Amino acid sequence: MASICAGLLLLTTTTAACAADDRNPYAGDPKAAKAGEYEFRINCALCHGLGAHGGGRGPDLTRAQKRHVHSDAEMFQVISNGIPGTVMPANGTNGQGVGMTDEEIWQIVTYIRSVEVKSPAKPVGSATHGKELFFGDANCSLCHMVEGKGGRVGPELTAVGGSRTREAIIDSVRNPSRRLAWGLTESTKEFAQEYETITVVTADGKEIKGVALNEDSFSVQMMDSNEQIYLLEKDKLRSFKKSRESMMPVYKPDVLSDKDLDDIVAYLISAGAK
Amino acid sequence: MRGRALLCDLCGVPSRSLRLKAFCIFVCIAATAVTQAQVTFERLLNSSKEPQNWLTYSGDYSGRRFSPLDQININNARALTAKWVYQTGATGKLETTPLVADGILYATAQDDRAFALDGRTGRPIWLYQHQLPGDIRPCCGRVNRGLAILGDKVFLGTLDAHLIALDTKTGNVIWDVVAAEYQKGYSFTVAPLAVKNLVVIGVSGGEYGVRGFIDAYDASTGARKWRFYTVPGPGEPGHETWEGDSWKIGGAPAWNTGTYDAATNQIFWPTGNPSPSNRGEGRAGDNLYSNSLVALNADTGKMNWYFQFTKHDEHDWDATQVPVMIDSGGKHLIAQANRNGFFYVLDRASGKLISANAYGKITWSDAKDAEGRPVANKEASPTREGHTVCPGALGTTNFMAPAFNPQTALFYVTARDQCDIFSTAPQPYEAGHAYYGSAYFPSDEAEPYRGFLKAIDPATGAVKWKFEHTSPTWSGVLSTAGGLVFTGDAEGNFIALEAATGKALWHFQMGGAVYAAPIAFAVDGKEYVAVAAGSAVYAFGLP
Repeated sequence: MASICAGLLLLTTTTAACAADDRNPYAGDPKAAKAGEYEFRINCALCHGLGAHGGGRGPDLTRAQKRHVHSDAEMFQVISNGIPGTVMPANGTNGQGVGMTDEEIWQIVTYIRSVEVKSPAKPVGSATHGKELFFGDANCSLCHMVEGKGGRVGPELTAVGGSRTREAIIDSVRNPSRRLAWGLTESTKEFAQEYETITVVTADGKEIKGVALNEDSFSVQMMDSNEQIYLLEKDKLRSFKKSRESMMPVYKPDVLSDKDLDDIVAYLISAGAK
Repeated sequence: MRGRALLCDLCGVPSRSLRLKAFCIFVCIAATAVTQAQVTFERLLNSSKEPQNWLTYSGDYSGRRFSPLDQININNARALTAKWVYQTGATGKLETTPLVADGILYATAQDDRAFALDGRTGRPIWLYQHQLPGDIRPCCGRVNRGLAILGDKVFLGTLDAHLIALDTKTGNVIWDVVAAEYQKGYSFTVAPLAVKNLVVIGVSGGEYGVRGFIDAYDASTGARKWRFYTVPGPGEPGHETWEGDSWKIGGAPAWNTGTYDAATNQIFWPTGNPSPSNRGEGRAGDNLYSNSLVALNADTGKMNWYFQFTKHDEHDWDATQVPVMIDSGGKHLIAQANRNGFFYVLDRASGKLISANAYGKITWSDAKDAEGRPVANKEASPTREGHTVCPGALGTTNFMAPAFNPQTALFYVTARDQCDIFSTAPQPYEAGHAYYGSAYFPSDEAEPYRGFLKAIDPATGAVKWKFEHTSPTWSGVLSTAGGLVFTGDAEGNFIALEAATGKALWHFQMGGAVYAAPIAFAVDGKEYVAVAAGSAVYAFGLP
């Protein structure tokens, strides 16, 4: 960082820029963006996809609106330090691959800025109606929570509209098992819960079906649709079955119209933008 | 030393002086302790005669990771219990294999910590931490896989490419030499191997375009005795397998511990990927001696033979798995469960291939050459857009140490079924910067990853049994004369299985994933099994 500041001092004759170490020395530089693309492919694309369009685990970074990042300096900090409570790791800590230098991180910031779609997608759908559906007829809130209200069996969705594209959310409703089938990648191992479906028969003949909260070779922790948590030892079960077919029902257009789904997505995007 | 010995001789003479007697007892006990702590080359050669100790990375020079101890066995393994836990204070992956000599356990942790513990209690005797520069950039974690021991020293390779000799009793630095420039991406993560009066060590840095090497240093002084470059320079045989100047940044690191055959005075050391790992353009040719096993004369470092497992690799399939010496039916063999998904058996004297059989899911090779070596399908090469190849970049196995049990005649290896989408892109070389020329992703066409412990019959290459983990693990394997195999999992369990059948007999939840390989040792006649997991070292024993 020191050398970047020295360079800036010479170029700009202003000291304010360096005081916080927060200026992207490569902002708008196409050569740096190109170098950043190499680094992005190596370090980021595993989750965020080639071209930064989002992958199995990471949000689409071509969206100008980002949940955790506004300025270049914030993006630098997020890449350097990760985002606590999410699978976004700090630079060099995912145990695979090489960490990046400050220079390389700035190049990645420059690359991401270069592929951002500046004009936000036109708002589609009615968030107000979507909220009614979410907590009403569409039954989403039986399993999903938003802003502290709703069920517990499925993923919490307050932030989903801020980190996933509209297309990804729609796909998750129409094909709920698709992403589940991909499984976890190495870098997301520490976050074991991926909502696999577990069906067991206990020693006394009781069948329990639910989502996995965690599992190892000898035990399983699961929640059924009544939100009851079960702590089970596998060798005491009569049977144990695990499936990557999600417990979430497939919402086909005849059950949930495209228009109603657009409204629900609009609601999630409005909640995620808060 | 000699002075003390003379005093002890004197003490053997009957004396009426109580004071002299007391003095003699003190001096002679001290002298005995000094003698015990000396781990000579003869002791390393004959380590099977002292099964209570674990004196090299793989337990002995053969690489078998087999303990002749049988106090803990299939009849009592269910009673195993934790005896002690030592918290290292480090965060990240613990890949260390502890050594044990005469009751003292020596191990390492992240950021080049080394420590000595009381083997019975886990209480520390000394701690050492190397002062690392702030700008090191080790690939794949700030890890270390363990120490070597010889005489009164243990040897630590560091992330800034130093080799350091520490006093076994105090952890004091005896000597500290620099092998290469860490600024260019050179580092040490490997457990060195002590042979004769030499400390042999291989370099890491295949992600940075280093020029790989294997070094030998005088254990007494730290003076370098020989260096074998795994990428031959101009005029040397094999140099013609590199396009243009690509050899200068050709990679082929040597970051896992080899084995030693006293009968032929050869060191067998495995090598890693050519650089950049996932882009073959610009380095046309076989790229010798990347992804190979090299047989080196222990005294001179001169190569006797080599065998290249994956020619012109474009998938990051380092061949850095521990090569295991197996003697069978009068044949002297060396076997390796390779990252590319094949189990290879070679003749130890000549390096000639005897067999190569897939032991996991592979799609990269449908054919073998005249020697019987699997060759890559053209379609297996990475493309700009990327396409799916099995195994993935992490390989069917990786650095996790395998084991061979002479009683079951089975080879135990941690394996995974995983396919990745391999893509490639031109990337300029810049010293000290990541140099992959690639990216890889989990494939969404393939099944979710699966992880196994597999028992392979080296005679046929057949998988005799497999134990499926909940998810792939990075744990190594130990086998013992108690009819047991020990391994760990990514969910934090340490597991004992029946070596003959793979039946799980016992497990203990350690609360942290296992990236290390277990060992067995004994103190005061009691057997222990130890393994690193999470941030700690654990020891288990019978009640």
